[in-house]
Amino acid sequence: MKIVYKILIIIIALFFSSCKNNEYPNYEYMPNMYESIGYDTYEENTLFENSQAALNPIEGTIPRGYSLYQYEDSNSGYELAKNNLQNPLRDDEINMTKAKELYDIYCGVCHGNKGDGQGILMKREKILGIPSYLDQGRDITEGSVYHVIYYGRNTMGSHANQLNENERWLVTSYVMKLKSDLKK
Amino acid sequence: MDLRYKKHFLRFFNFRNNLTSSNFFLVHLLFTYFLIFPFTNSFAQDVDITAGKSLFNTNCAACHKLDKKMTGPALRHVENRLLNDEGLDKQWLYTWIRNSSAVIKSGDSYANKIYAEYNRSAMTAYPQLSDVDIENILAYTAQEKIIPVANVSVSTASAPSNNLGLSNEVILGIFSLLFFLLAIGLLLVSNTLRNFARLNDVKLIEKEKSKPIWKAFIDNQFLMLCSAILLLLVSAYGFYGWTMQLGTNQGYMPVQPIHYSHKIHAGDNQIDCNYCHSSARVSKHSGIPSLNVCMNCHKTIYEYNGEITEEYSKTFYDGEIQKLYKAVGWDDEAQEYTGVTYPVKWVRIHNLPDFAYFNHSQHVSVAGIECETCHGPVEEMEIMYQYSPLTMGWCINCHRETNVKVKDNEYYSKIHKELSKKYGVEQLTVAQMGGLECGKCHY
Repeated sequence: MKIVYKILIIIIALFFSSCKNNEYPNYEYMPNMYESIGYDTYEENTLFENSQAALNPIEGTIPRGYSLYQYEDSNSGYELAKNNLQNPLRDDEINMTKAKELYDIYCGVCHGNKGDGQGILMKREKILGIPSYLDQGRDITEGSVYHVIYYGRNTMGSHANQLNENERWLVTSYVMKLKSDLKK
Repeated sequence: MDLRYKKHFLRFFNFRNNLTSSNFFLVHLLFTYFLIFPFTNSFAQDVDITAGKSLFNTNCAACHKLDKKMTGPALRHVENRLLNDEGLDKQWLYTWIRNSSAVIKSGDSYANKIYAEYNRSAMTAYPQLSDVDIENILAYTAQEKIIPVANVSVSTASAPSNNLGLSNEVILGIFSLLFFLLAIGLLLVSNTLRNFARLNDVKLIEKEKSKPIWKAFIDNQFLMLCSAILLLLVSAYGFYGWTMQLGTNQGYMPVQPIHYSHKIHAGDNQIDCNYCHSSARVSKHSGIPSLNVCMNCHKTIYEYNGEITEEYSKTFYDGEIQKLYKAVGWDDEAQEYTGVTYPVKWVRIHNLPDFAYFNHSQHVSVAGIECETCHGPVEEMEIMYQYSPLTMGWCINCHRETNVKVKDNEYYSKIHKELSKKYGVEQLTVAQMGGLECGKCHY
């Protein structure tokens, strides 16, 4: 009789102590309702290269909502864009508050919120040599700014996947505004 | 270094002071000043290395490092190297720095060679740099490399002295052994004393054998009933609590394939959450950033130079950056992509069940909720973990308490006006606008 009690108590104690390890996910009630039957975006899938379900768009296709960018990623493409490419947004389509918000997120870390090249990463000496938008040698234009956001240049990487076309133009207009503010 | 300049200054002031006193002296000084100044300048080795360093950091460092190939070549001893290997003098460097593309166009052989070698990436022109500026920069690049020896010896010497090479477990173990020995000792002492007493015929007071307490407990039926009820209640409560935490993952902290520290990125370097998780603004998911986003910065940042802890050393962090390079196929030596990539198998932390719909953009862009509201103090997390329970009760609670953000949102202004009249409130909560309807999240 006594032994039965003891065993029962030990079992109950084990049941409740449920030593939860934070490195592993917890138990679920009904896993087949929790987990998606369809493929998840970043799921492993042996059908594809590297078992990666997330793929690039097929070469030569343009995703819905995107448009073709005609300048190529080279020095001559840069020069062409710099001289020819114009901002397609009308003045009333440019929401400067939104543009500033986007600029501060994606550009301000390095280029500084005033565009003087004194972003936090520059101040902390993580990334060096970030030019001010006033830099004479570069002499940025709308076209060159858009082109560099799209493809990146030298050390700067492409930001085309973080900003869509409209947002890129918003940021471009804001950069040009910062440049003219710096001139003052 | 600045001494020569100071001399010029002194001479200049002398000349100003003597202006009135002596005409002859003035002419004489003027003569020496203008004679000596250009002469000393052209042969000047007195350059300002500090100014050179800051000029280098603002203008050149984006593409050049002193000892490492980047977008452009490594620049330590560039002046000597060009002179000895290519026979190009300082004048060539001046023209190159001020307008490199013109030099390339002129058909200069070395210029074209280096242009082709570095993937035809054009160097920006720096017409604004004066001779003195370039001189200073070159002086900075001509410095010998300083190898930090002292640091290493300090760090190795200081590490073991902190805790005498003993971990807490060892100390605890020793203590418990000591207490165990003490207990045995006391028992032995008591035994010996008893033996003495017996041998000396001292009568020890014997306790009367009474009923054992558990038997008395069992015999008392009222007590048994009460404790049985209590036990049942307590175990029911415990069982309820245990079933409630099933399926939730608050505090879930898996080991990731690359040790990515949110503390360093979002905390120390204040990079906005949206920089990497850019899709949170515009889509249902706040996606895992693809590795090209990492490379936006880590193309340049190839080593860790921040503060280190006992657990995470510089070598450890540098190794993690190398893991990134391997995954994305970046050859840091050659500064180019190899094309061989490996997917990084991140472990997803925040998992909503498949039957619940959640949209990030609705919360981030429309409602303007800070990421920290749900994800907690991410900027302090060395290892990312799930901060909120992400249960339905938790969602509902927030929807009951949070007011709808109608400012700058015409979409809501009309319905907000009508509904707030209906409910007779100033500010509508999300719940009052239908935020509790089942179909909003489950369909």
